[in-house]
Amino acid sequence: MTPILEMRGITKTFPGVKALDNVNLTVLPGEIHAICGENGAGKSTLMKVLSGVYPHGSYEGEIFYEGEAMAFRGIAESEARGIIIIHQELALVPLLSIAENIFLGNENASGGVINWPETYTRTSALLKKVGLSEAPTTPVDKLGVGKQQLVEIAKALSKEVRLLILDEPTASLQENDSQKLLDLLIEFRAQGIACILISHKLNEIRHVADRVTIIRDGATVSTIDCKTEEISEARIIRDMVGRDMAHRYPPRDVAIGEMLMEVEGWNVWHPEHAERQMIRNVSLNVRAGEVVGIAGLMGSGRTELAMSIFGRSYGRNISGEVRLRGKAVDTSTVPTAIAAGLAYVTEDRKGLGLVLPETILRNTTLSAMHKVSTYGVVDPGAERKVAEDYRTALKIRTPSVFQKVMNLSGGNQQKVVLSKWLFTDPAVLILDEPTRGIDVGAKFEIYGIINDLAAQGRGVIVISSEMPELLGMCDRIYVMNEGAFVGELAKGDASQEKIMSMIVKG
Amino acid sequence: MAQTGTEAARPALGHYLKGHLREYGILIALVAIMLFFQVMTDGTLMKPVNLTNLFLQNSYIIIMALGMLLVIVAGHIDLSVGSVAGFIGALAAVMIVNWGWPTPVVLLACLIVGTIIGAAQGYWIAYWRIPSFIVTLAGMLVFRGMTLWLLNGQSVGPFPKGFQLLSTGFVPDIFGPDKPNITAFVLGLAAATAIVVFAFRARARQMRYGIEDEPFIAFAVRNGVIALALAYISWLLATYRGLPNVLITMAVLISAYTFLTTSTTLGRRIYAIGGNEKAAKLSGIRTEWLTFLTFCNMGLLAALAGLIFAARLNTATPKAGVSFELDVIAAVFIGGASMSGGSGKIVGAVIGAFIMGVMNNGMSILGVGIDYQQVIKGLVLLAAVIFDVYNKSKQG
Repeated sequence: MTPILEMRGITKTFPGVKALDNVNLTVLPGEIHAICGENGAGKSTLMKVLSGVYPHGSYEGEIFYEGEAMAFRGIAESEARGIIIIHQELALVPLLSIAENIFLGNENASGGVINWPETYTRTSALLKKVGLSEAPTTPVDKLGVGKQQLVEIAKALSKEVRLLILDEPTASLQENDSQKLLDLLIEFRAQGIACILISHKLNEIRHVADRVTIIRDGATVSTIDCKTEEISEARIIRDMVGRDMAHRYPPRDVAIGEMLMEVEGWNVWHPEHAERQMIRNVSLNVRAGEVVGIAGLMGSGRTELAMSIFGRSYGRNISGEVRLRGKAVDTSTVPTAIAAGLAYVTEDRKGLGLVLPETILRNTTLSAMHKVSTYGVVDPGAERKVAEDYRTALKIRTPSVFQKVMNLSGGNQQKVVLSKWLFTDPAVLILDEPTRGIDVGAKFEIYGIINDLAAQGRGVIVISSEMPELLGMCDRIYVMNEGAFVGELAKGDASQEKIMSMIVKG
Repeated sequence: MAQTGTEAARPALGHYLKGHLREYGILIALVAIMLFFQVMTDGTLMKPVNLTNLFLQNSYIIIMALGMLLVIVAGHIDLSVGSVAGFIGALAAVMIVNWGWPTPVVLLACLIVGTIIGAAQGYWIAYWRIPSFIVTLAGMLVFRGMTLWLLNGQSVGPFPKGFQLLSTGFVPDIFGPDKPNITAFVLGLAAATAIVVFAFRARARQMRYGIEDEPFIAFAVRNGVIALALAYISWLLATYRGLPNVLITMAVLISAYTFLTTSTTLGRRIYAIGGNEKAAKLSGIRTEWLTFLTFCNMGLLAALAGLIFAARLNTATPKAGVSFELDVIAAVFIGGASMSGGSGKIVGAVIGAFIMGVMNNGMSILGVGIDYQQVIKGLVLLAAVIFDVYNKSKQG
């Protein structure tokens, strides 16, 4: 079979960095080809070379597509040939309707006047193909992330796609939405559309991929044919990180001590829709040295619970009591919550966790600047030392603590956020999706940090969508659904099936 | 081996300058513009009389630029400062001329009123999240109208001698009344020395922490130029009437705000708010309170500027302060502050204000029409910001 796409010897250099080094990639017609690699391995760069974001001439190597040598100078040229890329961060205009988004820049118009009936008919047909039952006039911001993803795919279909590229499409999707999306890919395969799937989730790769190419440090490591070879997670992880990972979760000597934090009868209402109760009568506790998980689907209220406890940063009409070491404490504002010994590591690192244009140093001390200042005047030496200490302790990979955090990888950014909160010396840390969007190697390090925190006698609450992570890390797991706790499982007792059945039963 | 070691530790001069083009660029631009007008005006620009005037003419813009920098760094804008300055000038005139209040009481009252005006606007912006553009646009109209109302559409003046000293007063020469004014020159030299000493101490401290990356030659040239310029300017001023009072006020304020923005937790938190307000709030920073304070401070400085302007004209007019806000905002952006907040420097805003001031002054001496002046100033602002964006895109 002649390949639909062949990339040969692609090398792309940025000033000072070789992002891609002699990468080869072959995609056959009608196959789902997965690309795996750590963050920063070069997956996205490779796709940008393919789609013409980096124009011909700015890289070395050759691209053959449907048997012809290609020299794309821009994304418009690659789209014209049916190569459509769907980025990790969705590129939809929130206030426009589904139909307007699908045909944005490609309107059904004659002489600049849009033919709405035809637009809506075609949109309906496309939505049907992707299995989305929404009116074409619905504004995109009224849809969940999963449905928005489907709109993106419908948009790709409207352009006669021959090769669909999906960059971590399921990263922010729930289990059932991911499943829907993967089924759709299988359907496309039957229709002869080739697909490149960039993903971190090994189980879904095993589920849909025909072949897997693994990239490490800007070079292709291996291509595995799933039909002829048994594809194991261990093998993929080994190729991705270049070392064996005997244990995906580092072991910990559990030493659970005194009661640290108790939350009782916690109720929260929606900040805008006052009649919607978001958190219903939740009670939880965490002891010194304990790692407690909160499992639940996205939208079950996990983040809302955490943020409402942490300085009432979410919701209104909040009621309930927070006790630390048996004493009721005031957590009604962020400063008092911090003073009480709470820390909240957000799931939205870039939006809520970091001041991106500032340095590692300044982000590290942001929450406890008083510790490195006298009468409001900052001592630069003391501050530097703090930043350097955390850089060493958490192994933040950077040439200097004066690096701006926006230039760091996801894993290192997360370590900076952790540094900031560790510097406040909290008794209890709430970690909301601490490993989201972080590659396998860095995940392992974050798990190690969590273990260290527990070993220091702090209480850790971990919120995660990845159940294996909770099962691997936590001493106890609360299961949450629709704003309420629906169960609690001890470590030995917990399994994915049990958690799911608790969620389903509500 | 040792050779390569030291070279790696000390970045090459050219490379360093490229990375910091923006910071040096604006200083170089100011020097170039001054040289240009010095030549074009046959030396009139740097004549002691004109130099003194230059400071007097721009003092109120610079003082407001200090407050505006904080406002813009916090991610906001204040369009009302011109109207507020005009209103405070009018209020001072009414208090002194019509009501006969003593000058010190009037000064204090006016500064308090200015702060309250800032607080009133800041309240809506910080606690009600109403866009600062809207609130201060409203403030711009309201206080312009109140100025007209207060003055009944007429000019009120003149002010007593004591009040005029705010702007037109000079530091007396303790060495006697003869020219040149030795006190002025000595103070100028002292300031130049202090700047060099402080710079060396800061550099030594930074070296100790290993965070200094400015090559010595760049450091020496930069501080040398600044110190020599200070000494030269103070000599020129000394040969005329000495140091204007307002120059002392400015110097004190510039130092204080530089310290505030670079070395205090308060300043650092304002930058964090501008960089990412939500993250700052979740880090325990009282974002609303600090935003509110930024506007109170702006009101205070606008009031001070209004007083100085009124003292300079020796009368309060309904037109006072019209379009000052544009000069102030332009100065801050020419000085390299980012429109989206989170970055900008006091020294940049001051140099930006001087660039605008020297151009105003130079073009007026040359007899360039007000029409062309506006066009040229607009283009300079645009060029400065384009230069900024271009630089950023090149650095990636």
